[in-house]
Amino acid sequence: MAVPRFWREIPNRYNLVGMRCGNCNKVLFPPRYICPYCRRMGKLEPYRLKRRGKVITYTVVHAAADGFEDQAPYVLAIVELDDGPRLTAQVTDCNTNEIKIGDEVEIVFRRMGEEGQDGVIHYGFKARRV
Amino acid sequence: MRDVAVIGVGLTKFGELWDVSFRQMMMEAGARAIEDAEIDGKQIDAMYVGNMSSGQFIRQEHISSIVADHAGLVPIPSTRVEGACASGGLALRQAVIAVASGIHDIVVAGGIEKMTDVLSGEATGALATAADQEWEVFVGATFPGLYALMARRHMYEYGTTEEQMAMVAVKNHHNACFNTCAQYKMEITVEDVLKSPVVTSPIKLLDCSPITDGAACVILAPMEKARKFTDIPIVVAGTGQASDTISLHGRSSLTSLRATTEAAQTAYKMARVKPDDIDLAEVHDCFTIAEIMAIEDLGFCRKGEGGKVTEQGETAIGGRIPVNTSGGLKGKGHPVGATGIAQAVEIVLQLRGEAGKRQSDGAEVGLAHNVGGSGGTAVVHVLRRGD
Amino acid sequence: MDVGIVGYGVYIPRYRIRVEEIAKVWGDDPENVKRGLLIEEKSVPAPDEDTATIAVEAARNAVKQTGIDPQDIGAIYVGSESHPYAVKPTATIVAEAIEATPDLTAADYEFACKAGTVGIQTCMGAVEAGMIKYGMAIGSDTAQGAPGDALEYTAAAGGCAFIVGRNENKSLATIDDTYSYTTDTPDFWRREMRSYPKHGGRFTGKPAYFKHVLAAANGLLRKLQLTPQDFAHVVFHQPNGKFPLLAAKELGFSNEQVKLGLMAPKIGNTYSGSTMIGLAAILDQAKPGERILAVSYGSGAGSDAFSIVVRDGIEDKRDAAPKVLDYVDQRVLIDYATYVKFRKLLVK
Repeated sequence: MAVPRFWREIPNRYNLVGMRCGNCNKVLFPPRYICPYCRRMGKLEPYRLKRRGKVITYTVVHAAADGFEDQAPYVLAIVELDDGPRLTAQVTDCNTNEIKIGDEVEIVFRRMGEEGQDGVIHYGFKARRV
Repeated sequence: MRDVAVIGVGLTKFGELWDVSFRQMMMEAGARAIEDAEIDGKQIDAMYVGNMSSGQFIRQEHISSIVADHAGLVPIPSTRVEGACASGGLALRQAVIAVASGIHDIVVAGGIEKMTDVLSGEATGALATAADQEWEVFVGATFPGLYALMARRHMYEYGTTEEQMAMVAVKNHHNACFNTCAQYKMEITVEDVLKSPVVTSPIKLLDCSPITDGAACVILAPMEKARKFTDIPIVVAGTGQASDTISLHGRSSLTSLRATTEAAQTAYKMARVKPDDIDLAEVHDCFTIAEIMAIEDLGFCRKGEGGKVTEQGETAIGGRIPVNTSGGLKGKGHPVGATGIAQAVEIVLQLRGEAGKRQSDGAEVGLAHNVGGSGGTAVVHVLRRGD
Repeated sequence: MDVGIVGYGVYIPRYRIRVEEIAKVWGDDPENVKRGLLIEEKSVPAPDEDTATIAVEAARNAVKQTGIDPQDIGAIYVGSESHPYAVKPTATIVAEAIEATPDLTAADYEFACKAGTVGIQTCMGAVEAGMIKYGMAIGSDTAQGAPGDALEYTAAAGGCAFIVGRNENKSLATIDDTYSYTTDTPDFWRREMRSYPKHGGRFTGKPAYFKHVLAAANGLLRKLQLTPQDFAHVVFHQPNGKFPLLAAKELGFSNEQVKLGLMAPKIGNTYSGSTMIGLAAILDQAKPGERILAVSYGSGAGSDAFSIVVRDGIEDKRDAAPKVLDYVDQRVLIDYATYVKFRKLLVK
C-alpha cells in the first residue's frame, strides 16, 4: 500500500478512531465522510471505539491473502464491536480449531505486513480472544 | 419507452484459451452474434462492453475504443461498463436502457475477460480488488474468504451443510457436460467436492468457480423492429439493478444479498411477474454458497431453505426451477466481465428451444442474475419469449 | 532527586519453545544445557509480532495501570537491539499507538540489553529538570539467536514500559538514585546488515557482564552508603538463569533476594526487556517500604544501577493491568519447525 495512503489511516488502524454522528448518535467504523443514515443532516466527529467485541462469523483461510502467507492457515472473522460497528479482522494467537461464533475478543496492535524487504512496515489491528 | 428484444447471441468457448488474445475473443463472440442476428455490422448503432479488470490482466484500459476499433465499427459510441463481476449484466442493462429510451436502435452488449495471461496468484489478486481494499483485503480477507464468512453464518443460522453446498457443484458440472462452450465438462460427486483442498473453510476448491477466458455478446433491437431479424425475438421484459456496501461487514445481513433482492424486485415489477412465474434462471454461483443464497434472495424458495431445495433436486434440469442449466459460473467458467452476458445468452437459447440436451422444456420466462464482488452490486434481467 | 516510577506495563508473547526441542535438533544434551544456563524454555514472538507491537502492548498496559492522560507524556524512548527499522524510530510508532502525539519528544536507544534502562535515566533527568511531566522508557526486543549457537537457547522476546514522573504525581515507587559504569568492551556485537550477533564466548563473563554489573552495583551502594542487607530484592540483567545468581553471591545478596525478579528460567533472555521485566515482576508483589536494587547490563559495555523504594498505595494501583506472571503463565508450546517458521528462517 502506498505510503501516504497508509499514513492517512494510522489513527483508524492503530487506535480504532472512527466517527460518531452528532445527529443520530450512531458510531461509524471504518471511518466515513457522510453519515449514511443522516447524509447532509449528519454531524460527524472523531470517536475512539472501545477495543472489545465478539465474533459473529469466521473462516479459516488456507489460501492466504498477499502478505499473510507465513501465517496460513489463519482465522479471519467479522467482529461486532461493543460500540456497534462490525469490522473484518484476523483473529491472531488462535488455533484454527478453537474459534467459535460468539467468542469475545479484544482488538490488539500487530504487524500487518510490509512493502517488501525495503519498504514501509504496516501496523494495524487484529482480534485476539479474551 | 419501447420494448427491447434480443435478436442475436454469440459466445466463445470458455476456458484457458492460450492461443486466443483479448482482441480476438471479442471479435469471435461479436461475429457469432452478428451471424445469429443475420444483420450487417454497419447496422449497429452503439456498443456497451462489460469488463472488470483489463488493466490488471492485460495492462490495457480504454477497451471501449479497442473493441470498436477491432470490430471495424468506429465511429459508433462505445462504452466500457464496470461493476466487478457484474460488469456484463450492467453492460446489458445499459444497452437495454439505450434501446428502450429510443436513443439507439441496434445495440451490442458484450462482455469479455482475459484472465490467464497472468499467474493465478496475480489473477486472484486482481479479483480481490472487487472487495474493500482498505478494510477487507488489507486485513487479510481474500475474495473466497468473504463468501466463506457468509457460508459459515448461513450454516449457523439455517443449518445449511457442506454437503448441500457440494450438491450445487455436482449439479452445475453435470449440466456443463451438455454445454459445448463450458470449461469443465465433467461429472463430479459430493465426495469429490468434500475431499478437495480447503481454500478457506468451509469453501473447498470444488466449491469455487474457476479462472477463465471468454467473451459473450448479445444484440438488442426495439421489439417493433425485431421480427425483421428473428422469428423468435426474446423480450427483455424486466431489468433491475441495485447497490450495497462494498464491504461485507457493512451489510445489514451476512446471509442474504440485499442488492439481489432489490434488483430482483425492480425487474419482477417491470416484467409484471412473480418469482413463481420464472421457468428457469442463470444465477451468480461464483461459489456454491452464492447459488444457495441467490435462489433464496430471488424468491425461488424461503430464506434458509436454499440448501434443502438444492438437495431435493428442485433446481436440476427437469426440476421445479432449473438453475444454471449452462453449468453456471462453476461448470461453464467465469470470465468475469463476460459472465453477465453469457447468462443472458443461455436464457435466450433456452427460451428459443435451442439448448439441446440441457433444454428445459416449455420455458417461456427466464431470469439472469449477476453479482459484483461480495454483493456490492447486483443486476437482474427477466426475459420472455416474444411470440 | 525527586523522581519515581508512576507506573509500568509489560508484554510477553505467549509462544514457548523448550530447551529439549532445540537440543533435539542439534544433538545437545538438554539436561546439560538446562543445568548450565538455568533456562527451561524461552518466549517466541508470533509472526505478526515485533519489537514495536510488543512495545505498544507494554506501553498501553502502563497507561492503563496508571490511568494518566497520554497527552501528558513529554518523552518516549524505546531501547532495543531489534528495532523494526534501522532508520525510523520505534518510539514514534508507540507514541501514535498510545495517542501521546504530537506534543512530545521521542527517540530510539541502542545499547544492547541496557537500552531500556538508559531511557529510564534520561526520563529521570528530564523530569527532575522540569522539562516534562511524565517520561516513558521502554525496553523491548525480539532477540535472534543463530541456529545451532548457544544463544539460540536463550534469545527471547518481551517488553516493558516504565512511566517516570515526580513522586508527587502518585508514583508507586521512588527512584532514589542511579549510577552507571561504562567502558569500551567488545564482548557481544552485531555489525550493520548482519542477521546475527557474534560474541566472545567466555569473554562475555568476567571481563564483561560481571565486571560492569558488580562495579555499577558497588558504585551505587557506595554512593548511597547502603549494603546488600538494606535491600529486600535485587534484580540483574538475565542473559540466563545463572549469571544473576553468581552476581548476587559475589555482591553479598542471598538467593532469596534474587528470587522474585528472576524470570529468565521461564521466558529466556528478553534482552532490552530483561532487567525491566524482572523489576516489574518484583513491583507486582513487593510491599510498601521495601528497597529494590536493579542492575542492568548492556554489552559493549555498561551497567545501570537503580535504588528504588516502594511506596504506600502500590497494592491498589498494580492490579489495574496484567502482571508479569499473567503473561509468563500464558504459554503455548511450539516445536522447532514452527519456531523456525515463526522466526521467518523458513520462507515460502
